[in-house]
Amino acid sequence: MQEKPIIRVLLAKPGLCTHETGVKLLAAGLRDSGMEVIYTGVFQEKDNIARVALQEDVDVVGLSYLNGGHVALTKGVIGALQEVGRGDIPVIVGGIIPKADVEPLHAIGVAGVYGPGTAIPDIAEDIRRIVKEASAAPALAP
Amino acid sequence: MTALPPAELLERMRAGEIGALARIISIVENERPGFEPLLRGLYALPARSNAIGFTGPPGAGKSTLINAVIRCLRQRGKTVGIIAVDPSSPITGGAILGDRIRMGEHVKDDGVFARSLGSRGHLGGVSRATRRIVDLLRRSCLDVVIVETVGTGQSEVEIAKIADVKLVVNAPGLGDDIQAIKAGILEIADIMVVNKSDLPAAASTKRHLEMMLMLRTANRDVPVLATSPLRNEGIEALVDASESLLASRIPLDSASNRADIRSMIAEHVANAARRRLGLDGDPALAAQIDALCDAFAAGELGMNEITARALRLLA
Repeated sequence: MQEKPIIRVLLAKPGLCTHETGVKLLAAGLRDSGMEVIYTGVFQEKDNIARVALQEDVDVVGLSYLNGGHVALTKGVIGALQEVGRGDIPVIVGGIIPKADVEPLHAIGVAGVYGPGTAIPDIAEDIRRIVKEASAAPALAP
Repeated sequence: MTALPPAELLERMRAGEIGALARIISIVENERPGFEPLLRGLYALPARSNAIGFTGPPGAGKSTLINAVIRCLRQRGKTVGIIAVDPSSPITGGAILGDRIRMGEHVKDDGVFARSLGSRGHLGGVSRATRRIVDLLRRSCLDVVIVETVGTGQSEVEIAKIADVKLVVNAPGLGDDIQAIKAGILEIADIMVVNKSDLPAAASTKRHLEMMLMLRTANRDVPVLATSPLRNEGIEALVDASESLLASRIPLDSASNRADIRSMIAEHVANAARRRLGLDGDPALAAQIDALCDAFAAGELGMNEITARALRLLA
């Protein structure tokens, strides 16, 4: 048994936004926090994100947006995760997220929202909390 | 999924349920609860698929070549499982697992399963759990298992114990004829690949490798094949060569190989010993080990004698 389980994070950019410097920075930051980060690149469709999350058995899915559309796109990803039987995986969202959209994102089930200026170590700490809480919750029936 | 008993997880995996396969890999990789009964149930199943290993230096184009090979295998009606290992940080244990970026075209295909692993401090080019995970995939519903090592230097040859056919992927222009005659990964190759053959230096790299083979005293008939995923050239020939080698081999599966199981036992014994010899072991044992350390530091005992005594203490 490993002393400390290594958290596996899937980072993806749904939609048509090509700005990936932020998500790459976050990937490097989470790596430096001791996590395994699977990055799939830009232009990811919701079903593909869900399939990768299923195959990689990740602990959390992080979605990065700099172009808007985040509420609708995230809703799609959460639905796709449920469709493959992994609606139990927490979803977090980061990027250019206007304050007015934070509440709607939480309302559709997003576990964490990180707007401009959030420090990467704070995101890492929040991921640890979210994963811990999710694994304490009773497992969903497959 | 977590709560399912191991037998049921294995049954679902055999029936093709991706979530079950993914979860079993996690349990095996992390030696989570359920690990022991899972392994027992797993090795009771027959292995049904072969494994092809891809190794070579970082940037040689292993992931991109694998992407093209998967395409070819799928056209031939084979289902494919890929285990791709990327390096973990020696400082933090974290990792960027990016091999999937090059294999994105297969994500919608139900006949392709891919899993990324961090090397997690293991130095042989794969992670400690890779061998068991490959044994697992051999028993799932996939026809061919592909293993991609981390970018290797000259000495990471553990893939030789895991894959039935080993492809060493070289990039053009990375070394001369002296590099080609050095010991190391080139020696384990069943097939040598000069990838990115669209680059001008490819022909000379291929010649250096062929010359090196001529100088060998044994094992000289290793094919040197040129591939260009960019131009989709040489891929069919590479898959043909791999398949014909696989057909002539007895699978290196652990269950059919006592030496392999023996080395697995040795590894586990060493790990168990390391844990018990560690700083937070039980105090009585720690005091005895400390005494051995002092005896070594004072020059009273040599390492062979200390090892013998430590083994008796751990028994």
